[in-house]
Amino acid sequence: MTRAISGYHLEGSVPLIFEKGAPGRRGYRLRERAVDELPLDELTPPEHQRQQDAPLPEVSELEAVRHFIALSRRNYGVDVGFYPLGSCTMKYNPKVNELMASLPGFAHVHPYQPEETVQGALELMYNLEKYLCEIAGLSRATLQPAAGAHGELLGLMVMKAYHESRGDHHRVEVIVPDSAHGTNPASAAMCGYKVVQVGSNERGSVDVEQLRALVGPNTAGLMLTNPNTLGLFEEDILEIAHIVHEAGGLLYYDGANANAILGRARPGDMGFDIVHFNLHKTFSTPHGGGGPGAGPIAVREDLVRFLPVPMVEKDGDRFYLDYDRPDAVGRIKAFYGNFGMLVRAYTYIRTHGPEGLRRVSERAVINANYLMRRLAGHFELPYDRHCMHEFVLSGVRQKKQGVRTLDIAKRLLDYGVHAPTIYFPLIVDEAIMIEPTETESKETLDEFVDIMLRIVREIEEDPDLVRNAPHNTPVRRLDEARAARQPNLCWCPPVEGAAGE
Amino acid sequence: MYPEDLRYNKEHEWVRRENGRARIGITHYAQEELGDVVFVDLPEPGSTFQAGEAFAAVESVKAVSDIFAPVSGRVVEVNEALADRPELINEDPYGEGWIAVFEMDDPSELDGLLDAEGYRKMVEG
Repeated sequence: MTRAISGYHLEGSVPLIFEKGAPGRRGYRLRERAVDELPLDELTPPEHQRQQDAPLPEVSELEAVRHFIALSRRNYGVDVGFYPLGSCTMKYNPKVNELMASLPGFAHVHPYQPEETVQGALELMYNLEKYLCEIAGLSRATLQPAAGAHGELLGLMVMKAYHESRGDHHRVEVIVPDSAHGTNPASAAMCGYKVVQVGSNERGSVDVEQLRALVGPNTAGLMLTNPNTLGLFEEDILEIAHIVHEAGGLLYYDGANANAILGRARPGDMGFDIVHFNLHKTFSTPHGGGGPGAGPIAVREDLVRFLPVPMVEKDGDRFYLDYDRPDAVGRIKAFYGNFGMLVRAYTYIRTHGPEGLRRVSERAVINANYLMRRLAGHFELPYDRHCMHEFVLSGVRQKKQGVRTLDIAKRLLDYGVHAPTIYFPLIVDEAIMIEPTETESKETLDEFVDIMLRIVREIEEDPDLVRNAPHNTPVRRLDEARAARQPNLCWCPPVEGAAGE
Repeated sequence: MYPEDLRYNKEHEWVRRENGRARIGITHYAQEELGDVVFVDLPEPGSTFQAGEAFAAVESVKAVSDIFAPVSGRVVEVNEALADRPELINEDPYGEGWIAVFEMDDPSELDGLLDAEGYRKMVEG
């Protein structure tokens, strides 16, 4: 293969940076040392010292820049185009968030700095906690969890600490709906709970009668997403909360879909006792590509004592970190959480204000309903009722024509659109889960509908075009099964003198 | 698609009676719905399961699914070949893609399962 030196080509793969450069080439030179060198043996025992130099890339600055720019041009993000990945809330992340997070007083603080010198950072955390509690309708929150699933695990640890503090050691079951995010049963299992599944009814909501039969003296709690993963509001939530509480269990709110309810409904008012928010979904902090994320949890008054150390407290005008919390579940993250994300989420909340946040959810819901109604005639709509911020279509009609949802998702890439979430939730056959978010214009939504309808026509006229998609991307259809069965995660330097492949 | 000599449960597992033993796998329909299988979590030989209990798990590019014991019994053999070649489940679900062999507690449990025609009706509706 010839490697074009023109940067305009998006065809083919980008060589690894290890395959570029030449021995001895440098892009950066460290400044002359200002302190004396210490013998390495004094710092690290000889058995822990590397015997050979690490095979790091040796490239010029320009080679490094071109390499990463080439990769970034193959990247797809919400700054590039429409990203209707259901359940992920891929909203636009305002650039003012980045500006605030890069202020030296936020960006350059060190976690070991004396409290007196980071009062502003502590104040931001203190206030963000208050805002999240107000949005959740609960008493106190911790900002430490690094992601939604981390928040779930902590929430369940709090649930466990609560039951054990009451001597309820037999409460070993956590109930999750069959439409739940996979993280719910995974977090419960990781926390040592037995997972019990409750089914959905024909309206796509928790089957209340089934739930009533499942709860009992062994119930620790129910994990619920509201609106649920079908994008539908759990209309029986008050009754569900009553059933779980009456059985002695707690109600956990998976905040993945909180973008639908900001300032409109509060989980605490619905009866939830523990809530996590995904700041990287609902509160516009960057998302995907490894994060970092942030998954704060808020709890009701009598669960506050179990929240992890440290908590940010205020004494007069002074903010401080409180480690004196004997009932706390311990530490769950080094230092205080992903602080840069907290700055961004704080900025987002302050720039919107209560009225702005209400409009966020209102528009997210209107956008989703608009898209759903425009697409409903062309795809199966298994639960035909008003949706919240997202909705789930089924590709069964197209499957009968020999084209599967996966093929449709791949064909969307050819049109420059990120594919929706597919094959989830598991209770919908050939699921296509679409979440447009509030930040997209009507023009973008209409364009997406046009593309979807074009694909529907292609399926009728030239199904192979869709079955073999994508055609216009840097690489064609990837072999997902082989990637999972025989993952190739290492790069080995070519052996000197060996023949080619 | 629905071999006559097998029994089926509603969770899309099949059973082949081999004297007092039961060879168990997932159906053609199940492997097609799952998509390419990439990993199979096999039970420990010697472990026992009640009918309806999850005894193995199959991971595909789409999802992880529990495999439920169609009959009660003790695992006497597992298909070690699946560790290296999970794709056998897709390629030959009723043959080389078998998952485990059970020593049955009560062979009459087989009578409660579907026959090929019953299973076909369930799948095709």
